[in-house]
Amino acid sequence: MKRWLMMMALLLMSCVAMAEEARPLAENPAIEVQVRRLSEELRCLVCQNQTLADSSAPLAEDLRKEIREMAAKGMSDQEIIDYLVARYGDFVRYRPQLKASTALLWLGPFALLLAGGIGLIVMLRTRQRQAAEAPLTAEQARKVAELLDKES
Amino acid sequence: MKRFLLPLAVFFVLAGFLAVGLRLDPREVPSPLIGKPAPPFTLPRLDDPQQSFSPREMLGQVWLLNVWASWCGACREEHPLLLELSRSGAVPLYGMDYKDTREDATQWLKQGGGDPYRATAMDLDGRVGIDYGVYGVPETYLIDKAGIIRYKRIGPVTEQVLREKILPMVKELQAK
Repeated sequence: MKRWLMMMALLLMSCVAMAEEARPLAENPAIEVQVRRLSEELRCLVCQNQTLADSSAPLAEDLRKEIREMAAKGMSDQEIIDYLVARYGDFVRYRPQLKASTALLWLGPFALLLAGGIGLIVMLRTRQRQAAEAPLTAEQARKVAELLDKES
Repeated sequence: MKRFLLPLAVFFVLAGFLAVGLRLDPREVPSPLIGKPAPPFTLPRLDDPQQSFSPREMLGQVWLLNVWASWCGACREEHPLLLELSRSGAVPLYGMDYKDTREDATQWLKQGGGDPYRATAMDLDGRVGIDYGVYGVPETYLIDKAGIIRYKRIGPVTEQVLREKILPMVKELQAK
């Protein structure tokens, strides 16, 4: 019984500890939602294949803090992203914008697909033509007739 | 025989792309700050917290701003070279100590064989670092007479970078 009570007490305490961690969320849910949304859109430049939301690098923490402060000032998503792009460049966006320097990145796969498709069609066409155009030699024609005769 | 030519060509093109890709350093993100004015700041100095340093003081001169920290391993690597550069007097070198403490930074300079910087600004909370787009200490900025950032080096300055890139640019900018 005593042990059981102790366990309950410990469990309760862990709840208290968790509540402590989650406090910023309670302060202003709308801002936390915006911070969350933005930090999933932005790259952590220290560990480059993680978003700011995933990364625990000190810089990512600083940037999340910075974003939270900007959000609290009422800046829009676009304004905050522009602020970071001005400092860290387009690379900070997880989804690159479509513009002249990134056109190849966005359109390249489709261009490759198109080229592959055209190549395939051309290849199939030529193969078909080759098959159709090759006439039978006299010897082959005789053999075909012979085989067909045998069949019937 | 001819039917193998196309796949072979495709293979070489692909291998070429991959070979170039291997040589690229993904950490070298082009800075959007090149050609833009160095973000202004006023920060206390490492040697004397009562005094401050601001890039405004450097207008009219070509200078280097080196972002460092005592917790940064690669900074130790470039330190001897910076000491040498500072002794040569080719270009004024200023430091920005990024997210560090005063004691650690002072200690670190002592252990490294001296202080190459004319002054070091203390960016304790990393705020100014964000304005400069700092993400991988050490970083070095070359700033011209008009206060425009002309070049940024991410990672330690090597002898080659200094000789082939930074010093020629310094000379060119100083002549202007």
